[in-house]
Amino acid sequence: MIASFRKRRGCVSHAIEALLPLFAVVLALAIGAMMLVALQKDPRAAYSALLQGAFGSISGITQTLAKATPLLLIALGVTIAFRANTINIGGEGQLIVGALAATAFSLALRAWPGWLLLPLTALAGAVAGGAWGFVPGMLKARLGVNEILSTVMMNAIAVQLMNFLLRGPMLDPKQIAAGTNIPQSEALPQQVWIARLVPRTLFHAGFILALVLAVVVTLLLWRTVLGYRIRAVGQNPSAARYAGIPVARISVLALLLSGAFCGLAGAVEVMGVHHRVVEGITGGYGFSGIVVALFGRLHPLGAIPAAILFGGLLVGADQMQRTVQVPSALITVLNGLVVLMVVSSVWWSQQRALRRRSSAVPAGPAEERPPDPQLTPDV
Amino acid sequence: MQQFFTVATLLGILHSTVRLAMPYLYAAIGETFAQRSGVMNLGVDGVMLMGAYSAFYVTFTTGSPWAGVAAALIVGALLGLLMALVSVTFRADQGISGIGLYLLGLGLSSLMFKTTLGTVQSVSGFAEVRLPLLGAIPYIGPVLFTHSLLVYGAFLLVPIGAWVLNRTTWGLNIRAVGDNPQAADSLGVSVVAIRYATVTFGAMLAALGGASLSISALNIFQENLTNGIGFIAVALVYFGGWRPLGVLLGVLLFSLVNSLQLWLQVTGVGIPSDLAVMLPYLLTIVVLALSTRRAAEPGALTKPFTRGSS
Repeated sequence: MIASFRKRRGCVSHAIEALLPLFAVVLALAIGAMMLVALQKDPRAAYSALLQGAFGSISGITQTLAKATPLLLIALGVTIAFRANTINIGGEGQLIVGALAATAFSLALRAWPGWLLLPLTALAGAVAGGAWGFVPGMLKARLGVNEILSTVMMNAIAVQLMNFLLRGPMLDPKQIAAGTNIPQSEALPQQVWIARLVPRTLFHAGFILALVLAVVVTLLLWRTVLGYRIRAVGQNPSAARYAGIPVARISVLALLLSGAFCGLAGAVEVMGVHHRVVEGITGGYGFSGIVVALFGRLHPLGAIPAAILFGGLLVGADQMQRTVQVPSALITVLNGLVVLMVVSSVWWSQQRALRRRSSAVPAGPAEERPPDPQLTPDV
Repeated sequence: MQQFFTVATLLGILHSTVRLAMPYLYAAIGETFAQRSGVMNLGVDGVMLMGAYSAFYVTFTTGSPWAGVAAALIVGALLGLLMALVSVTFRADQGISGIGLYLLGLGLSSLMFKTTLGTVQSVSGFAEVRLPLLGAIPYIGPVLFTHSLLVYGAFLLVPIGAWVLNRTTWGLNIRAVGDNPQAADSLGVSVVAIRYATVTFGAMLAALGGASLSISALNIFQENLTNGIGFIAVALVYFGGWRPLGVLLGVLLFSLVNSLQLWLQVTGVGIPSDLAVMLPYLLTIVVLALSTRRAAEPGALTKPFTRGSS
């Protein structure tokens, strides 16, 4: 009976753990409201405009799902890296090179039929992003360079590469002809445009692809040898090494895969939404994707609702800025607060687990219960 | 070649190297203290942005750049305490909490900029001061001793920082806490207090570095004014082997390459400017990869401290 009682309590506490990110969002919204009051803006008007903009209309919902697509793909990449105990801050740069590569590839082979060119274009983006993740991975494995720093540098380099290409080699010939020289690439050949799921909206089939890939990553992480190794390296690198897992190779592979998902996000973004590379194509997705991954508790399936929520925040922010003149930068503030609170909440879980463990000692042997996953925080 | 490289252009490049180094120096020396005690604050860029905004806003409204500096230091201290709370008390993963702090600073500085100022304005911040005597030395005077007060402050931080870290009890405690917190703790040094102090101090300097952009180097504020300077500063701490003198060397090298590429852009020597802008970043990656001083890394860097665990 004691066991069943403890089991129930375990269920309740797991439910609390799962809801922690939601508490973080509510708290972040409350702090954001206080900031708005301090800046003499009406928080109620701001938040209702935010909600209305994100989920209040067909156009809002489709835009939300369109924004959720790259966020989900990046969050999947970030999740894979995190699971292997590597931190990929390079989503921005990987997205950029993915978008550039997909564009250059499809334009170079524009005569090819769509059934062949479309998947290859997406693949080109993933390969470029993977390469952009592979470099920090190798630098970490071979030379011990901290991947956080190298991925940040790779972001800066990717931005400059994009600026260079969009003003020179990849500048749209129409822009040159018109003499306007707005830095953007030529439009992608129509056969690689991803179909829109709702006509005259930005909502495209890339979202379905992202959902499928979320399932694929779940299977990869929990049903394959590679996934097992990634998680083993992430949880305890020395134990993994002792078990014969090539730790360095796994972390390179994790960063490569992580970069590939971010590169794919860039390819899907140009193929589905913009149909060309424009400046500011990242929209900060590389960083928001990290927030989404954390919010989804580093689980690929958890990232799905997280991506929709944060995509909605981005869409709603535009509405909020237009109708009640609250700058959309508020969303960046909320993202930052959510990250700080989610990473801090690991501590609360640990404290509670410690208390639970110490109170459980007289009741019986500790082996009765499987080890609490929260004791080894994912983050 | 002669017409490109006159003495005047050379002096100009060196002068701008010294000026460009200023925000990096503040942020990187501050970060050196935090990392020496075992905490990596990756959110430096966000703190710099908040420092830049608050210094600018206060200077704009009061007309006094000194009030601006005070505002930046206060805001930096508050953000430092927040980072310390999250990464020391709550023992959060430092890479990720740093990203959270960055997003917070980036968003909040834009939000406040747009609601309070709205458009890009300019202030008269700190003016260049030619130091008496030293400024009159030919060649060296114009390069080193004709700058705003905040530039001198940044360079003074290097010897002061090195002295504090290597020659004082505080420095000894900071290094002990960063290398072996368990041992330091057992000797009665408060790991938590030292880390709170260094993270807060580091954030104050980062905010000052941001202020040095908005009320000294550029005298404007706009969204994302720093454009990643804080992240480079964190890399330069690794680059400099966690020693203030090494950091100075890294900052100067980075700024020299930066200054050279700016000059190349002006003269238009055929290298596309966007590719030239990459050079400092490429250089940083290469030097990080070749750096052999990794043994100098504080033993407990990025590892949260729990009493009783090893």
